[in-house]
Amino acid sequence: MSALATTSRRVARRRRKAPPAHVRHGRHARRWQFALLILMVPFFAAPFYVMITAAFKTPAHADVLTMWQLPHPLSFDGIREAWSKLSPNFVNSVIMVVPATVISSLIGSFNGYLLSKFTFRLSNLMFTLMLVGMFIPYQSILIPMVKFLQFVGLYGTIPGLILVHVVYGIPITTLIFRNYYVSIPRALVEAASIDGAGIVRTYRSVILPVSIPGFVVAGIFQFTNIWNDFLFGLVVIPNPTIQPVTAALNNLSGTQTVNWNVVMAGALIAALPTGLAYLGLGRFFVQGLTSGSVK
Amino acid sequence: MPDAVTTPRVVACRQRRRRRRVPQAALLLAPSFLIVSIFVYVFIAYTVGVALSSNWKPGKADFSTTDPLYANFDALINNGRFQADLRNTVVFTLFFLTLSVVAGFFLAVLVHNLLWARGFFRGLFLLPYALSFIATGVVWRWLFNPESGINLLLRTSGVSSAYQHLTGHALQPDWTSSPVVVGDVSSLLERIIPGGHIIQVQLGIPLALVAVVLAASWQLMGFAMAMFLAGLASIPEDVREASMIDGASGPRYYVSVVIPLLRPFALTTVVILTHVALKMFDLIYAMSGSGIGFATDMPGIFVYETMFKALQYNIGAAASLVMLVLVTLVVVPYLARRGPQETA
Repeated sequence: MSALATTSRRVARRRRKAPPAHVRHGRHARRWQFALLILMVPFFAAPFYVMITAAFKTPAHADVLTMWQLPHPLSFDGIREAWSKLSPNFVNSVIMVVPATVISSLIGSFNGYLLSKFTFRLSNLMFTLMLVGMFIPYQSILIPMVKFLQFVGLYGTIPGLILVHVVYGIPITTLIFRNYYVSIPRALVEAASIDGAGIVRTYRSVILPVSIPGFVVAGIFQFTNIWNDFLFGLVVIPNPTIQPVTAALNNLSGTQTVNWNVVMAGALIAALPTGLAYLGLGRFFVQGLTSGSVK
Repeated sequence: MPDAVTTPRVVACRQRRRRRRVPQAALLLAPSFLIVSIFVYVFIAYTVGVALSSNWKPGKADFSTTDPLYANFDALINNGRFQADLRNTVVFTLFFLTLSVVAGFFLAVLVHNLLWARGFFRGLFLLPYALSFIATGVVWRWLFNPESGINLLLRTSGVSSAYQHLTGHALQPDWTSSPVVVGDVSSLLERIIPGGHIIQVQLGIPLALVAVVLAASWQLMGFAMAMFLAGLASIPEDVREASMIDGASGPRYYVSVVIPLLRPFALTTVVILTHVALKMFDLIYAMSGSGIGFATDMPGIFVYETMFKALQYNIGAAASLVMLVLVTLVVVPYLARRGPQETA
């Protein structure tokens, strides 16, 4: 076992060292490709540049005609003003996103375990029918969703928003975990079952302890999706003071009396949590993308 | 060790256990399945009811149907704004998809071939995807402001004056506030299609959509790149070496080896990006709204405003079902094709 691991590690190391053959052959081509990539940088960086520099400009200096200039002098007035307007909604978003992410990941993990380790009649059909839920345009369920939330008394509340995010998050988290658990040998589950553990017990004592990477992947994916949501926040909660930060940012942007650099500071504030999560855990984010796309 | 576990007795026992557990696993999946089914299928059925009814109101769930049954859809298809939305969806989806997938593929190849700074480029190109459409939409709104942003850059860099020098026209695009539609074919369609007279909008390419396509591609190109990078990483080194030996190098290698191998990844990317395009809402809502003459309006915005601003629930529901059908046409064949055969 350990010998095998070392060999594969050695192979991996060798593979990493050797540059792709045609790159090895074309030093010229490599330079050319690099130049192309460098050319793409301004296109990708420009919105970030404008957003960040504008956020740190003084109100007097925040003229749209000097948009591309660096902030001079540096000022936190824009950030401060944007924060004073957005902070209640920022808190709403936090209160919404944490439970919604945790609950939908837990449910997805259990479903993924069931679907990857037990095959039963109709399991594939059930799974496919659930997956449809992650693709539908939510516009087509808004009316009954509002009626339902009114019926259970959660309309206009953050718990109502959490419920909606959890339910519509189940398909994607189930998919991510199902694809993740495929790599865990079935023998492990069978061994536990021979030892007399039931399905739930096996999940808790065998599967859950090895699920941390899966939870990171599903968690960051759900965190990003739910934080960035706009439509549900708008429809489930009509009251602007309870709405999530994306809805508040949109309102701020439509306010004529607010200077544009304050709006940029607001965009920075609203984008920061998912941006930082991505910068810190980017690898897992990419895994979520690729394993979250149906395979 | 493995031999001990696979003695016939153990195998039989294992099979018995698995069989016994089957209904239990189904039972444990049932709550999730039921609630998702209610929130998807029962809710859609309810929306169908609203779309077919003449007078459904939130206070009074009146499902008495219109006469004829399709009256709300008829009103929809004769609605100039919705016609513009359908035109915009088609134009936007085609351009956005082409740009994101093609550029995403090239970015993936370039990044894959890098020997260093791979993480930097990959990180930068994918960063927009992690951010809220509202936050980026708000920024793009200012970048496409005719007085500022990109136009300012064109002016100060001298591109504007060089353009004026060459063509005699000023280079001052209106971006999202442009009302111009180029390549109008509606009068042609009116002549060749029976019933073409119901078309109230210019069927062409609204120039305002250029800005929207650029912003959306900026945000989702990285997703296409990430998918293709995963695909490129799945191609074993031997394949590359074998094709070198066979004389397929440089562009030949990509055209005849890489692209065929990446086809499944491309299919997934196209399906996901198409469904994103058909559902496009937040980005445009924050960036330009409906635009002049609904040049940047989308069905998603139409549904939201018709339902929750104009309170025309029946028309809004009908429009949302049109969106649903469009998405279904793309996604369901894909799910049906890929879903079942691959179980662990």
